[in-house]
Amino acid sequence: MVTEDPPALLLQMQGIVKTFPGARALDGVDLDVRPGEVHCLLGQNGAGKSTLIKVLAGAHQPTEGTILMDGEKIEIPHPVAALEHGVATMYQELDVVDGLTVAENIYLGHELANVGVTQRREVANRTRQLMERLGHPEISPHREVGTLSAAGKQVVSMARALSRDARVIVMDEPSAVLDSGEVDNLFRVVEELVAQGIAIIYISHRLEEIRRIGDRITVIKDGRTVGRNLDVASTSTDELIRLMTGKDVEYSFPERPGVPADAAVRLQVEDLSLAGVFSDVSLTVRAGEIVGLAGLVGSGRSEILETVYGARRATGGTVRLDGRRLHNGSVPTAVGAGIGLAPEERKSQGLVLDEPVYRNITLSSFARTARGGWLDERAEKKAAQEQATALDLRPADVERSIRTLSGGNQQKAMLARWLVHGCEVLLLDEPTRGVDVGARSEIYALVRRLADAGTAVVVVSSEIPEVLGLADRVLVISEGQVVHSGPAESIDEHQVLDMVMEGSAA
Amino acid sequence: MSEQQTSPNPAVDSPKTTAGRRRGFSALSGGTARNLGLVAALLLLCLVGFLTGGERFASLSNLMIVLSLASVIGVMAVGMTFVITTGGIDLSVGSVLGLTTVWATTLATQNLADQYGWIVMVTCALLVGLAAGLVNGVIIAYGNVVAFIATLAMLVAARGLAELIANRRTQLVQSSSFEGTFEGNLLGVPKIVWIFVFVVVAGWFLLTRTTFGRRTVAVGGNPEAARLAGIKVKRHLMYVYGLSGLTVGIAGVMMLARTGAGSSTNGLLYELDVIAAVVVGGTLLAGGRGTIVGTVIGVLIFATLSNVFIINNLDSSVQQIAKGAIIVGAVLLQQRISAPRST
Ligand SMILES: Nc1ncnc2c1ncn2[C@@H]1O[C@H](COP(=O)(O)OP(=O)(O)OP(=O)(O)O)[C@@H](O)[C@H]1O
Ligand SMILES: [Mg+2]
Repeated sequence: MVTEDPPALLLQMQGIVKTFPGARALDGVDLDVRPGEVHCLLGQNGAGKSTLIKVLAGAHQPTEGTILMDGEKIEIPHPVAALEHGVATMYQELDVVDGLTVAENIYLGHELANVGVTQRREVANRTRQLMERLGHPEISPHREVGTLSAAGKQVVSMARALSRDARVIVMDEPSAVLDSGEVDNLFRVVEELVAQGIAIIYISHRLEEIRRIGDRITVIKDGRTVGRNLDVASTSTDELIRLMTGKDVEYSFPERPGVPADAAVRLQVEDLSLAGVFSDVSLTVRAGEIVGLAGLVGSGRSEILETVYGARRATGGTVRLDGRRLHNGSVPTAVGAGIGLAPEERKSQGLVLDEPVYRNITLSSFARTARGGWLDERAEKKAAQEQATALDLRPADVERSIRTLSGGNQQKAMLARWLVHGCEVLLLDEPTRGVDVGARSEIYALVRRLADAGTAVVVVSSEIPEVLGLADRVLVISEGQVVHSGPAESIDEHQVLDMVMEGSAA
Repeated sequence: MSEQQTSPNPAVDSPKTTAGRRRGFSALSGGTARNLGLVAALLLLCLVGFLTGGERFASLSNLMIVLSLASVIGVMAVGMTFVITTGGIDLSVGSVLGLTTVWATTLATQNLADQYGWIVMVTCALLVGLAAGLVNGVIIAYGNVVAFIATLAMLVAARGLAELIANRRTQLVQSSSFEGTFEGNLLGVPKIVWIFVFVVVAGWFLLTRTTFGRRTVAVGGNPEAARLAGIKVKRHLMYVYGLSGLTVGIAGVMMLARTGAGSSTNGLLYELDVIAAVVVGGTLLAGGRGTIVGTVIGVLIFATLSNVFIINNLDSSVQQIAKGAIIVGAVLLQQRISAPRST
């Protein structure tokens, strides 16, 4: 897509600096974007990618630096100005309003109206077209967004960016909540847009995606541009990782030591059902074993975890921990018995955003460090700090508000919660969503270490290679049914995909 | 919208709001800054009082009057701070206060009090308050009824019950042991002010130093996250409304000590003063942040305000207008300095 004769630059950001009280998030970032290219922005968690695009979107004001559009200096004092300049943004954290319908969300802020009266039919028609274009004709314009899955919400957010007739579309980790089929859809749309001369700024921690659709790459480290306009085809992965992290990191899965056949069964789920979502799911996890659940988004994997955890009331079946049957539909019982869940949507399900990092980390365990109801904040901070250091949380200051952490670091804090609490069974729903390459291998290693120490782990991930690489045993879920169960080594990505597709076609 | 900012105001990043973001960065320093602002407002009011009322305002006896005025509302405001921190509201406090004073002064209760002493009346007031609070809590937490509606129903019902019991008559406190214990001064300070001080200190410890307080903040900040972290959200909500009811019971005892009579009209419209004091103090109506210190200052601001008006013989309607202005002003100010909240 890069032509021989490079077209004039569409957008330039020069020397962007952004300081927050107590933090210098951007420290001189440059970015050049050509029309009709997919420009990838790479960097570790907390490098400043989201901050940069928020500056571009008018959500943050830069402390220093200039932004040029078609060679002319522009100001973006607020989000509406960004849209007027033709910059549409899909934020990293879902930004849809749950109580409104799909169509209302898409046209929020630029409602099609005739003397103040919204043109409902027109809006519905255009929404339908957008949804078709994104490969989701089944999502009705009148559906309430709160009833959609995370992936569905992402599609709505994407449709909103498309509805703006933008010249530059920024996508901050759009694929994090999508499964491979939906990523294909996304990429098809991206290719269409690029062919029309629209520029895409694409942020992702998945290097293979960047290889697939990227044209050029800008790498940011600690708020500075360290790699500028690198050509995707001619830059090696090692080189990219070295630029991002400043060192050589191996991107690999830890060894599987193999689970002894006589290892005790920790978690035993029998014929678990949730009416209308999944039925007759049985699984056993031994001490030291990692079981992965593969499947499409919406196949019921998250719901299975949540039901095992007691956050949803099963309509049938039993959950046993170390042979003891757990009370159906009670999270406190599950937590008390030693089950932990790192939920899929960390912002709405996991974090108390206005509270400091350490209180979020100790949210499940503060009552235990407390003595007779009196909090021991010193002990809490210490425990939180230990895990923060172990997980390389950045910044490592646990007294900061968790709201100010980058997406990937918030995810690490969620994991830290269960490390501080200590679990016999750990349920991980998309544990590496939004986590950078370096930290990913750390999390894999950590999960394996926990398993080696006797924890039973269940992992749900939309990235099939991750499930296959990390787990000892894999269950393939399709349409709420277990369609395959077996050792991870004896199955490959294509087979999983086939099973998943077959199941949903049936 | 994004990780750290969601604001209807397009100028999201004005220096003022960035200063506000600091709050979470160091919760204490932001809270202290807010409280300092409130203290400044209180001092300003005192200055006005001194300039207009002179000695009549700036005397020890007048200070005691202001404090006893603040005490009854103040005790209920401590309970209300917990309720509002969970993101709820308790509209029933005023009428439940009336009910507790009536129940504690019925003929039957006072006869028992003649035999066993003041403890009977106090226990009665506390139990009635607690029971009303727990009923609110059960309906809200387990019945999934919106707090506004559930406590509105309690407001109406409790007032009705109080009228029924008292037969719309004022019931004088006759127990001399009650009068001896709660009326008058201790070390020069009215006893009900001591109770207020005690409740405030206890409330502060409870909110900032105990697991109960931590749960309250977490439940208000993100109920789903609290639930998934293993906190018994429903049970906790029930306790919080029970606590509010308990503080109303305490306030009922103080009311009897101050006025010497139980009446179904006691505490009429107090809920408004209580809620106003809490919100002006800096507790977020949306939940997730509560401050006892702020609440106390809020209570003192309103008590001082009415004192200044009374001293100057000003029309109470003007006072209502001033109150309204303070509420709006304080809340506007808070939005400036507090972090934008996500939806
Ligand atoms: N409102 C804020 N106040 C203080 N610090 C902030 C604020 N917003 C972001 N930061 C800090 O700025 C740095 C960059 O954050 P940013 O969200 O841009 O990272 P990122 O590159 O998008 O990371 P990720 O891949 O995890 O999403 C981080 O250290 C973060 O803690
Ligand atoms: Mg980010």
